[in-house]
Amino acid sequence: MSHHKITVTVNGAASEDEVESRLLLVHYLREVRNLTGTHVGCDTSNCGACTVMLDGQTVKSCSVLAVAADGADVLTVEGLAADGEMSPVQQGFQQCHGLQCGYCTPGMVMAATGLLLENPDPDEDEVREGIEGNLCRCTGYSMIVDSVRWAASHGGAGEVATRHAAH
Amino acid sequence: MGSMVGAAVVRKEDPALLTGRGTYVDDIRLPGTVHMVYVRSYLAHAKIVSIDTSEAVAKPGVLGVWTNADLEGLPPNRSVPGMERPCLARDKVRFVGEPVAVVVAADRYAAADAAEAVLVEYEELPVMASIEAATAEGAVPILDGLESNVVLEQVLSATDAEAELAAAPHRLAIHLKNQRCAAVPLEPTVCLADWQASGLTLWATTQTPHHSRNELAAMFGLSQQEVRVVAPDVGGGFGAKASCYPEFILTAELSKRLRRPVKFVETRSENMTSMVHGRAQDHDIEVGFDDDGTLLALRVRITQDCGGWPDATGIGLPTLTSFMAGGCYKIPVIAPSFRSVVTNTTPVGAYRGAGRPEASFMIERVVDHVAAELGLDPLDVRRRNFVQPGEMPFATQFEGIVYDEADFPGALDKLLTTIDYAAMRADQAARRDDPSKPLLGIGFSTFVEMGGFGPTPLFEQFGYVGGWESANVRLNTDGSAVIKVGTSPHGQGHQTAFAQIVADELSIPFDRISLVHGDTATVQEGIGTMGSRGAPVGGSAVFQAAGKVRAKAMKIAAHMLEADESDLELVDGRFAVKGAPDQGVTMAEVAIRSFKPHLLPDGFDLGLDETAYFEPSNLSYPSGAHCCVVEVDRETGWVKVARYIAVDDCGTVINPLMAAGQIHGGVAQGIAQALIEEVRYGADGQPATGTLVDYTLPSAMDLPRYECDHIVTKTSFNPLGAKGLGESGATAAPQAVVNAVVDALGHLGVRDVEMPCTPQKVWRILQQKAS
Repeated sequence: MSHHKITVTVNGAASEDEVESRLLLVHYLREVRNLTGTHVGCDTSNCGACTVMLDGQTVKSCSVLAVAADGADVLTVEGLAADGEMSPVQQGFQQCHGLQCGYCTPGMVMAATGLLLENPDPDEDEVREGIEGNLCRCTGYSMIVDSVRWAASHGGAGEVATRHAAH
Repeated sequence: MGSMVGAAVVRKEDPALLTGRGTYVDDIRLPGTVHMVYVRSYLAHAKIVSIDTSEAVAKPGVLGVWTNADLEGLPPNRSVPGMERPCLARDKVRFVGEPVAVVVAADRYAAADAAEAVLVEYEELPVMASIEAATAEGAVPILDGLESNVVLEQVLSATDAEAELAAAPHRLAIHLKNQRCAAVPLEPTVCLADWQASGLTLWATTQTPHHSRNELAAMFGLSQQEVRVVAPDVGGGFGAKASCYPEFILTAELSKRLRRPVKFVETRSENMTSMVHGRAQDHDIEVGFDDDGTLLALRVRITQDCGGWPDATGIGLPTLTSFMAGGCYKIPVIAPSFRSVVTNTTPVGAYRGAGRPEASFMIERVVDHVAAELGLDPLDVRRRNFVQPGEMPFATQFEGIVYDEADFPGALDKLLTTIDYAAMRADQAARRDDPSKPLLGIGFSTFVEMGGFGPTPLFEQFGYVGGWESANVRLNTDGSAVIKVGTSPHGQGHQTAFAQIVADELSIPFDRISLVHGDTATVQEGIGTMGSRGAPVGGSAVFQAAGKVRAKAMKIAAHMLEADESDLELVDGRFAVKGAPDQGVTMAEVAIRSFKPHLLPDGFDLGLDETAYFEPSNLSYPSGAHCCVVEVDRETGWVKVARYIAVDDCGTVINPLMAAGQIHGGVAQGIAQALIEEVRYGADGQPATGTLVDYTLPSAMDLPRYECDHIVTKTSFNPLGAKGLGESGATAAPQAVVNAVVDALGHLGVRDVEMPCTPQKVWRILQQKAS
């Protein structure tokens, strides 16, 4: 198995690492960078638990090779809060009970953040369509929709994500 | 301070989970950890001729490969005596996905590579992947030493009700299928075992850490103090994480052998064939009734598909279905019986509701069948047969199955205030004559289920030590409080709900209360989280432990104030003399005093640290009335849930926000069972739904906005008056949806649509009726 040197900036911190060609970005984040907030919920890219932002776009990090992220800027759920204050999306999920077991939550929060960057004021149907690629088994989605709508009226995607996307 | 119980406070759990700082089992890192990967059977039924591990063992990073033969003396998983499943298949495989060997390597990728290199030679056996095949004439017994694939048969009534059925003015035979579903918690099974000289520690995705500890200690011949099981943050369970999985035993054994921590992380595709499935029941029903829809007799023959090995939890499911067969109706004679059949499929265990949704679906479909037969409104038939509020508690014909306080008609009345039923019926009629509009269907579900699982005599039958739950409440010297509880939440929000209970009972700020759970090393004893027992049983234990702390604190306050206890009251965090509120001491002052022996009466026990074990006097019975409105597209057969209205009676609501979350999630799973989900196998036992590509979970686009409300009749079976509600939604929803689908097609003469009501199925019915 061949190895490659890659440099990836995650949540503002750059690191050079040697990785196997086949290493998935999600495993790079979890095992190499020790950022365990990004989860794995399936092996067919259906569930979206591993959603992160890669150079301003939400991606399912199980479907990206770590080597493909060489030189890229990645934002994960651990990096969303600004100076210790949760982003509007994170706050919205708490205020509106948009999570239960929390396992899909990091991916859902990242997907919602990406949605709000594209559409700062989505209506209910637009939210549902926007998070369609992320599965939650606990909430039945209604309160996730409420959470995203709450965030839309309380600062949107938030300062860190907005900066990341503009970068 | 206002009352916290009943307040919609946001959860304490959330900040960690929202910022990626939760701790799920796979997030735990121990130095030197190695990774276990399974070699699984790709055949549903076969003899194992040989296993060649030589190539795998030689792969880089591999520490070893083990088969059943290499693990002699390793005990099997516990189940019905004589039907215990070995951790790795011995001589034979019985379902696709059954583990045949394990590989341990330095990292997960290397272990997976090596697992691919293990060569297993099989000799195929006849596959029986359905109840029909497994019970056909001449079917070969799947389990060795048994004469047939029917592994358990029980009759739960003294009569078969034939006389009453024969005497009834009307009699209907109905066949219903409650299809096999997969729980699919977003986090699959994960465990990490660290066997040291001092004993075994297992971090595991389990709903029952103490039970798992007891099982593992017994299996390995360790004393319970040598085994520690930790369930940290757990990513959903829905009953399927109440089972003990072979990987818990194998990682422990291999950690012992390798003297290193061993981790196992299931992939989703593995999970779809490895984690217990749910439901999988067929019902053959006969119902007798009179001209006005009064139910006179009910006979139900249940066939439970157990899968390839009877699961210790799963084996009891049809008993619960039988007990709940009458639903919320007075039926003079109910004759349930069941048989459990082993098939070449994944084992079946608990899935949200575990046996009760099957019963509720059955009786609620039966009521709609009766209404259709007689041309009556389904609500009229329900009202005619309800057990009335004045008849509570209601002893069913089954010993020990006594419904607590409930108001079945009251829930339906409240539901009807939220919909304009007459207008909906008019709309439905108008649409039938207007081909430009989708068909409208209205379905109801007036349900009752079991919650608050206990008491001990019942729960012992499922292999648990008891049906109680335990809690400890302790005040620190600064007056803040720590709760330790034996329930093991995996999304339910116990940190929040139980802090609300203690905040009220001890008049301590909610923010100064924390909860410890899910660790057998720190939590006294416990049973776990399943069967909607968190609030009614766990919450009641917390309430009682807090009550003991309060009583003791009152004694200290009385001593400090030189007053009589009966003259004191606890208000706003302060014990004050009634009528002289300026004379008082705060709970924090009492707390520090509790640690000062020289300032307390001689011999006074130090500290405010109390434990309570709460045994419920019986199961509780959450109930309610749900309504589903569907639109059926005439061209495609696609069913859209246009409205879903739920009125639930879970007794005391501790946190309305979290209660709504539980209802939403349960209803979502129920709607998905009705319309979308089904685990399917080919006749060769190959799973057709082995990944999330094939097994469709509902997305936000598939589910409606839920309209939720409550009525509250408190149960007298526990001091909180809470009945539990984690399973209510999943119990109530499938039949509300299917009744609505059938109702939408009723004018075409359709009496039944089998779950899941997929567009294809509904479209075929529409085509058939049109031709």
